Amino acid sequence: MQYALLIYADPTAMPAPDSAEGQAEYTAWMEYTQALAEAGVMRGGEALHPAPTATSVRVRDGETLTTDGPFAETKEVLTGFYLLDVPDLDAALEWARRIPSVGYGTVELRPTVVFDRV
Amino acid sequence: MTAAPGTAAAALDRAAREQGGRVLATLIRHLGGDFALAEDALQDAYAEAAERWPRDGVPRNPGAWLTTAARRRAIDRLRRARGLDERVRALEALARRDGGGVHLDAPPADDDDEQLADDRLRLIFTCCHPALSPAARVALTVKTLGGLTTAQTARAFLVEPRTMEQRLTRAKAKIAAAGIPYRVPPRELLPERLAGVRAVVYLIFTEGHTASDGELLLRGELCDEAIRLGRLLRAQLPPDPETLGLLALMLLHDSRRGARADAAGRPVALADQDRLTWDGGRIAEGVALLDEALALRAPGPFQVEAAIAALHAGAPSLEETDWPQIAALYGRLLQWRPTPVVAVNRAVAIAFADGTRAGLAELDALAGERRLAGYAPLHSARAELLVRAGDAAGALAAYERAIALCGNGAQRAELERRRAELLP
Repeated sequence: MQYALLIYADPTAMPAPDSAEGQAEYTAWMEYTQALAEAGVMRGGEALHPAPTATSVRVRDGETLTTDGPFAETKEVLTGFYLLDVPDLDAALEWARRIPSVGYGTVELRPTVVFDRV
Repeated sequence: MTAAPGTAAAALDRAAREQGGRVLATLIRHLGGDFALAEDALQDAYAEAAERWPRDGVPRNPGAWLTTAARRRAIDRLRRARGLDERVRALEALARRDGGGVHLDAPPADDDDEQLADDRLRLIFTCCHPALSPAARVALTVKTLGGLTTAQTARAFLVEPRTMEQRLTRAKAKIAAAGIPYRVPPRELLPERLAGVRAVVYLIFTEGHTASDGELLLRGELCDEAIRLGRLLRAQLPPDPETLGLLALMLLHDSRRGARADAAGRPVALADQDRLTWDGGRIAEGVALLDEALALRAPGPFQVEAAIAALHAGAPSLEETDWPQIAALYGRLLQWRPTPVVAVNRAVAIAFADGTRAGLAELDALAGERRLAGYAPLHSARAELLVRAGDAAGALAAYERAIALCGNGAQRAELERRRAELLP
């Protein structure tokens, strides 16, 4: 099955990139991504620019509503995602709990839709 | 041989009730973990049985008959669906092994006891997966492992059938869409998942145990089902002190089932229960299991609760109970479960061990905590201790407070009765 691991975190809880903690976390992300690649489960993934760069689009009654900012106005915002191909939810959860920001953020797991070729 | 229609219908009811859960567990394995398909196929099989059993006779092994019939109907259903070639081929291989059709008195093929127990164990872990909401876990476990209908499950949990139907449908859809595995978790996940399963089993038990309404019979079955599940966990997994503790606790509580309510269904307090009606067999089994758990030397909350229950079960009367030991055990339990009910029980035990004044001092301290101020049992416990301390006015005020906060009808009536005894 394919799972999207959507990584949410409060930007104010993130360590500054040039701090010692920031450097340590950067290394942790690199190592984690390397581990996914070596396990052969990674199908994709990207880090995202900060939330103020986000644009959300909705269409209601035929009208397109484009808004500045991420879709939900909560403290935690989507900061990146991985797309994994693993056998089941337990395997995906096992990877999710090793995400470096999981200690202060949230990782949402979503199975991806597989469209049958008819 | 042709059975009277009534006999066949009764046999089908019994087969559904007693073997439905097992048949479903086996089907889910045969169908590669497809919960919804297994349920639909089983419903098909019931319909087929309702038509054929009155005409052809009740099969010697109804469970095996239903399994085979349901498997064949699952193949039909899959054939009608598109884009599932692989699963259909796997199923056809299964059907060929069975000899291609449904036979009355078919031998129970691969449904030997050990395989059945494995199927049920896998099913528990799927139903209790942490990705499901707690309410869904409890309902799904009772319904699928207990072989209850949706209507019965709804009645057991006192919710509308439609609510239960939605809860179950959503849970099954999540199992399929999210890829919740159908298996016993690997060793590294087992301790965490097993703790989750124990929590669900205990919730099922307490749901039945705290029954105080007209559905007593069905609610009692919840206790039976929880104990059955506890036995299954014990038999099928490596020895675990908390699993043993849970089973011991349920058996010890259940030993008092007949004494906990009077003929009219009113709750009977521990002090007023006829101890001669407690089930000695249950008590002996619970105590033996607790000893087995304690010998593993890894204490936990279920073992401590079972130890408290064992002290009550072994005491000849309320007065001749080892209260200092019980108070100490509640203190220990508080470290794992810092809940209002544990804190209040500890204070009451202290009142019996060290005197009413000491217990009241504990309760007064608890009543001062904001999160406990609205907890009804705290005020009813205070009222009882104040009666014993001879403070009738204080007791009346405490009963008033408890009555205002109590949400359970039968318990409120009991509190009102006790308050009335204090009035001149």
